[in-house]
Amino acid sequence: MGLKWDLGMGLKMNKITHTLRLLCHTLYCKYRPLSFMRAGALTFILTGAALLAPIHAVMFGSAHAAQPVPWQLDLQPAATPLMEQTASLHAFLLYLAFAISFFVLLLLAYVMIKFNAKANPVPSKTSHNTPLEIIWTLIPVLILIVVSVPSFSLLYAQKTLPPIDMTIKATGYQWYWGYEYPDHDNIAFDALMLFDDELAEGQPRLLTTDNAVVVPVNTNVRVIVTAADVIHNWAMPAFGIKMDAVPGRLNETWFRAEKTGTYYGQCSELCGTRHAFMPIMVKVVTKEEFAIWVEQAKEEFLAHHLDDSDEEKSAHHSDTEKSAHHLDADKKGV
Amino acid sequence: MANGTTADGMIKEQAGDHTDRPKGWRRYVYSTNHKDIGTMYLIFAIIGGLVGGSISILMRMELQAPGDGILGGDYEFYNVLVTAHGLIMVFFMIMPALIGGFGNWFVPLMIGAPDMAFPRMNNISFWLLPFSISLLVLSLFVEGAPGSTGVGAGWTVYPPLSTTGQPGPAMDLAIFALHIAGISSILGAINFITTIFNMRAPGMSMHKMPLFVWSVLVTAFLLVITLPVLAGAITMLLTDRNFGTSFFDPAGAGDPILYQHLFWFFGHPEVYILILPAFGIVSQVVATFSKKPVFGYLGMAYAMVTIGGVGSIVWAHHMFTVGFSPNTQAYFSAATMVIAVPTGIKIFSWIATMWGGSITFKTPMLWALGFIFLFTVGGVTGVMMASAGVDQAYHDTYFIVAHFHYVLSLGAVFGIFAGWYYWFAKISGVNYSEFIGKLHFWVTFIGVNLLFFPQHFVGLAGMPRRYADYPDAFAGWNFVSSIGGYISGVGVLIFLFGILHAFARGEKAADNVWGEGATSLEWTLPSPPPFHQFDKLPQIK
Repeated sequence: MGLKWDLGMGLKMNKITHTLRLLCHTLYCKYRPLSFMRAGALTFILTGAALLAPIHAVMFGSAHAAQPVPWQLDLQPAATPLMEQTASLHAFLLYLAFAISFFVLLLLAYVMIKFNAKANPVPSKTSHNTPLEIIWTLIPVLILIVVSVPSFSLLYAQKTLPPIDMTIKATGYQWYWGYEYPDHDNIAFDALMLFDDELAEGQPRLLTTDNAVVVPVNTNVRVIVTAADVIHNWAMPAFGIKMDAVPGRLNETWFRAEKTGTYYGQCSELCGTRHAFMPIMVKVVTKEEFAIWVEQAKEEFLAHHLDDSDEEKSAHHSDTEKSAHHLDADKKGV
Repeated sequence: MANGTTADGMIKEQAGDHTDRPKGWRRYVYSTNHKDIGTMYLIFAIIGGLVGGSISILMRMELQAPGDGILGGDYEFYNVLVTAHGLIMVFFMIMPALIGGFGNWFVPLMIGAPDMAFPRMNNISFWLLPFSISLLVLSLFVEGAPGSTGVGAGWTVYPPLSTTGQPGPAMDLAIFALHIAGISSILGAINFITTIFNMRAPGMSMHKMPLFVWSVLVTAFLLVITLPVLAGAITMLLTDRNFGTSFFDPAGAGDPILYQHLFWFFGHPEVYILILPAFGIVSQVVATFSKKPVFGYLGMAYAMVTIGGVGSIVWAHHMFTVGFSPNTQAYFSAATMVIAVPTGIKIFSWIATMWGGSITFKTPMLWALGFIFLFTVGGVTGVMMASAGVDQAYHDTYFIVAHFHYVLSLGAVFGIFAGWYYWFAKISGVNYSEFIGKLHFWVTFIGVNLLFFPQHFVGLAGMPRRYADYPDAFAGWNFVSSIGGYISGVGVLIFLFGILHAFARGEKAADNVWGEGATSLEWTLPSPPPFHQFDKLPQIK
C-alpha cells in the first residue's frame, strides 16, 4: 500500500483507517486458510460435495492465480493495491457478518431450548424493557460507525486518481470490447471471445479473447470506459475494478497492477443475447515487454491508418468486420 | 360459505344477506367481499409462484453444467427467463400473496371492520392482475430482441437495452403489463390506507393494531409513493421507443442513468414492499406460538415506519458502478447502512418475544424461525454490499443474487408460508396436516440453502449475474446450487399435496386453532369466518 491518496478526509482519519486496514489485512492473511467462510460452508451445506470442497480449495495460499478456480470460496487474489484494500475490508465485513449471524443463531438456539413449552410451561408476561431496547439500537449504530470508517477510506481511495502514467479507452459493443491507446499513437483493436474450437491448450473457456489488453506492471493506468450501443460493464475482479460502460458517457477508473500475469474479467451489466460472451483479458507485462508490444501493436493494428488517415473510418471498418464475425457466431450459437 | 354454526346463522339472519349474495361465477367475478377477493389473490399467487418457480427450475437446469444445456444455446431465451422469473415473482407471486391475499383477508378482520373501505375498487384491483399477467405472457410470443421472442432486458429493463436493444413489440407489452400491475397495486394501497385509518373498531387505536396491520399500512404508503414514479419511468421508455422522444437517449441529450434513478426510486422501496408484510406475519406467528405479547410493540411498529422511510432514500446503492462522485456514493452508503438499525431492532425484538415464552413448534413457527435466521444472513450480506467501495467486488455478481434471494426467497417466501400455515385453517375451515407442513418446511429449508448459499462463493469468485453460460471453474458450486433448486421444487410439490390432503381429509377447524397465544380478532370468528362479519362491531378494551 505504497500509494499516497490525496483524501479530503484529514490525516488523522487516514491514519486510523490505515491501522485498521493493516490489522484486518494481517488477520485476513493469517486466518485465510481457515476462513470462517469455509466453516460456514460446512455448517450450511451438508453434502458430500461441500465436504470435499475445501480439499480442492488449495488456491488460497497462492497469489498468482488470476482467474477463478474450481470450488473457490472467496475473492480472487488481488493484483493491485486497491484490490488488496478491498479484500481486507471484505474480510473485515465477512467476519462481522459471521459474528452477527452466529450471535443470532445462538440466541435462537438458546430460546428454543430454554423456553419451549416443555421446559417453560408458563410464559412470562414481559413485553417491555426500555434499557435493553436502547442497547440493541445503540450497539448496531456503533458497529456501523466502525464499519463506515474503512468503507469511506476505500471509497475515496478508489475515486481519487493518482498521477496517471498512461490511459487506455475501453468501449463496449454488442458483444465485444474495443480498446484504444491514446498515449501510444492511438493503437486501436477489438477483443473478441475465442470460441471453444479456437482455444489453445490452457486457455480458459469463455474468458480468453483474441487480442488481450496489454499494460505495463507498476504503472498507474487510467481506463476510460464507454459504450457504443447499450450499457456494458468493464470488470476486472483481481484489480478491484467494475465500471459501467454507458453510451454517451465517459467513465474513468484506474489500476496499478503490481504482479505480471494474465487476468480475466467478464462483462458485468446485462447487455443482450451474448452478454456472457464478451470477456476482458488483461496481460500485465514488464515495462520492457510493454515497449516491445507497443511497437508490434503499431504495426499490426495501425495498418489501416497507412491507407486511410481517417481513424473513425478505420475503426468503423473494423467494426463491420467484427459484426459480420458475430453474426456468424450468432447463427452458430443459437 | 354456509358452515352451519349458530354464530354464522345468527349473523346472516341479522344482515339478511342470504338473498343478495351472488352465486356461482358471479360470486367471484363480481365480488366485493374482501375474503373472496383475498382467496382469489392467494390462488393467483400460487399460480404465479408455480410459473415463476418452473422458470427457475429451467434456469437451474441450464446452469447445472457449463456449456449449452437444456436451452440448446438459445442465450436470448435465457435472458427472457431471467426477466420473466423476476417480474412474475415480484408482481405476480409475492405481492398478490402478502398484500392482496393475506392483506385483504386479515386487515379487516384484525381491525374489526366488516370489509374493505372500497369493496368495488378491491374487485378491480384484483381483476386487473389477470390482464396484466396476460400481457406479460403474450410478450413471450412476439419479437423482442432482433430474431427472438420475449423480453430479455431483465426485470429492471434498463435503456438502451430496453429501447434500441429490444426493438420488437414484446417490450411494449411488458411495459403495459407493468402499468396495469402498478394501477392494481396503487388502487389496493389506497384501499388499505383508507380502511386502516377509518374503519377500525371502537377502541382499536393505531397503537393497538396488530403488527401485521401496521406492516400493510407502511407497505401501502410505499406503494402509493413509489409506483407512480415507476409508471412515469416506463411511460418515458414507451415514448422513447415509439414516439421519438429521447429521455434516456444520449444522442438526443437524454441520459440512460436517469432511468436507473427513476427505476430504483421505485425498485428499492419495492423490496421493502415485499418484505414488510412478511415482518408483520412473523410478528403475529412468533407472539402466538410463544404465548406472549410482542416484545417492544411500539419499537416494532415504528421500526417498520423507519425502514419504509429510510428505505425510500437509499435507491442509488443499486447503481454504485455507474460512475457517481465519491460524495454521492458516500451518502447512499451511509444511508443504506442506517437501515440495519431498525432491522436489528426487529430481529432482537422477535427473539425477546420468544424469551421467557412457552414455545410450541407448530409449522408456522418453524417457518418464522427459519425466516428470522435466514433473513439475518441476507441482512448482514446487505450491510457488506452497502459499503460502496467493497461493492465494486460484489456488484452484479452472484453474491448479489445470493443476498437478495436470502432476503426474498428465504425471507419473504418463508414469511408467506408462515402466514399460509398460520391462517390456513381460518381461511379454509379445515386443518392441514402438521406432518406434511413440517416436511414441506424441512425439504424447502434444505433445498433453498443448498440452492443459494453456494451462490455466495461463485459470486465472490467473480461469476457475473444473468449469464447463460459460465467459465468452467464455477461448475462445482453451480451443480450444488442446481441440486438445491430441484430439492426446493420437491418442496413445492409437497406444499401442493398438503393443500389437497387438507381438503380431502376435511377435518373441521376450531375457531381458534392456536389457543391462548392467538389473541387477534380473527380468532374470535368461526373458521372460515361468515360471509359478512362484525355486523355488530367488536369493542376493544
